[in-house]
Amino acid sequence: MNTPSNTVPESPLDPQGIAPAAMSPTRPLYWSIRRELWENRSIYIAPLVVAGVVLLGFLVATIGRAMATVDPARKAAVLAETNSFAAGVIIATAFVVAVFYCLDALHGERRDRSILFWKSLPVSDLTTVLSKASIPLVVLPLIAFAIVLATKLIMLLLSTVVLLMNGLSAATSTPWAQMPVVLLYGLITLALWHAPIYGWLLLVSGWARRATFLWAVLPLVAVQIVEKIAFNTSYFGSMLKYRLVGGMAEAFAHQPHHSVPNQPHHSLPIVDLSQLTPGNFLSTPGLWIGLAFAAAFLAAAVWLRRYQGPI
Amino acid sequence: MLCIEARGLRKAFGTTIALDGLDLRVEEGHIVGLIGPNGAGKTTALNAILGLTPYQGELKVLGRDPWTERDQLMRDVCFIADVAVLPRWMRVSQALEYVAGVHPRFDRAKADGFLAKTTIKRASKVRELSKGMVTQLHLALVMAIDAKLLVLDEPTLGLDILFRKQFYDSLLNDYYDRTRTIVVTTHQVEEVQHILTDVMFVNHGRIVLDCSMEEFESRYAEVMVQPQHVPAARALKPIHERQVFGRSILLFDGVDRHQLAALGEVRTPSIADLFVAVMGNPAGAAQGATA
Repeated sequence: MNTPSNTVPESPLDPQGIAPAAMSPTRPLYWSIRRELWENRSIYIAPLVVAGVVLLGFLVATIGRAMATVDPARKAAVLAETNSFAAGVIIATAFVVAVFYCLDALHGERRDRSILFWKSLPVSDLTTVLSKASIPLVVLPLIAFAIVLATKLIMLLLSTVVLLMNGLSAATSTPWAQMPVVLLYGLITLALWHAPIYGWLLLVSGWARRATFLWAVLPLVAVQIVEKIAFNTSYFGSMLKYRLVGGMAEAFAHQPHHSVPNQPHHSLPIVDLSQLTPGNFLSTPGLWIGLAFAAAFLAAAVWLRRYQGPI
Repeated sequence: MLCIEARGLRKAFGTTIALDGLDLRVEEGHIVGLIGPNGAGKTTALNAILGLTPYQGELKVLGRDPWTERDQLMRDVCFIADVAVLPRWMRVSQALEYVAGVHPRFDRAKADGFLAKTTIKRASKVRELSKGMVTQLHLALVMAIDAKLLVLDEPTLGLDILFRKQFYDSLLNDYYDRTRTIVVTTHQVEEVQHILTDVMFVNHGRIVLDCSMEEFESRYAEVMVQPQHVPAARALKPIHERQVFGRSILLFDGVDRHQLAALGEVRTPSIADLFVAVMGNPAGAAQGATA
């Protein structure tokens, strides 16, 4: 069974194998990541299913809604709207998958005692935790990138056909050459911004004996309650909110020019390279503080895995 | 050369003392049975040897500190910690691929050879295999690794007698080559007796008996004593006495066999009998002696 987005080329298995040759240090990491993809097939199946649903919806929209709309400009707008919606849903799905993956990543192996098998092999705790952290930080963004791109291309084909049939030019306002760059930039900044969230979830997953979700969420709620009662402030809550959704504002400039006023939900059609603000993103203290927290959480997870046996 | 050397190994879980100054020496190329009652500290000792738990005291495995040098040590050490620890979602083919991927000393062809002798299908998931088959798979993976030390903690728990026998047979015939060291703990003492080179009894976190099987055979003798010789036999200070079908069976430590032959039929005791004699609670032993 093969899996998408394996960045390292698969090396043929040497059957002689006896030679205890020095193994490349990245080999255990590569195989550990493959192992995660074997175990958690939802990593790529869930975004694929959502993309399928989006395409189905788009198909209905193009044939139904766009056809029903008389005004040709409105017709194009309807198509553009569904188009930008697609990326959002797929990326949101990837985020949800990442959250649940992290909550189970270091917990499941202790629950089913398979940690004893993993620990019987020469794979260090650091390699194991890094391989698990790389799923939300590297693998899922790459998968989301590939799926969003494919979805958008299919949608482009469909809408071009529909628009041409209606005698309209398919040249939409979407700059297609820029789209992959914008998308990749968005996914990378989002992953970096969310890194402390994943680090925290992995840490809880390696520590809690049961109910990882509650242990991940309740302390955060408790801090907010204590802060509210003791000081009548909500800095912690706004900090969490900033961590959850604030990254996009740092990575992208707000679009002051809503060029299409008759479009109702002009939510996030980020399409222009000029709207990327990597300088601003990289100079945001929030990014570096977050990454420092992520590193600390992961280090704690590595340390914890050394001591943790099965539960 | 020493494969495992432990001196004054201590480990406590809260107020429970699991290892109480355990001293252990295992020579390279030996097959050592670590026998002890539940809660004697066997698994804790093995976990310390495998670098799975921190400890106090001195411990060297293949010349390395298992806690601080675990990552390097695991290239030369293999273990089956317990039955049924193979991940249930994994396919047999994936398990082979993964171990081949991460272990520099894994011989894929060898593992394929072992599996060919079983009915295990490559496409099966571990959860679809019977308990015996999972153990066969795990053993095939482990035996294909060219390790210096193999640690088995209750490897045959819950298996039927056929699988258990097959397990130890293949371990002895296909794996053991007199340079590899094997440490095994089990409660099915009788089944491992014939494969061991050394036996150790563990109780209350200490080694209470440590002898080679040759020493075991020359040192311990069990006599089914004729009723008229019972008082004379008791005078030789047996370490244990039990009644079977109205006959007294006395276990002696270091008593001349010729002397014993006069009292009744002499034979080498099983490890299990000696285990009961050494570990059996004092009340039971006293009762047996006065019966």
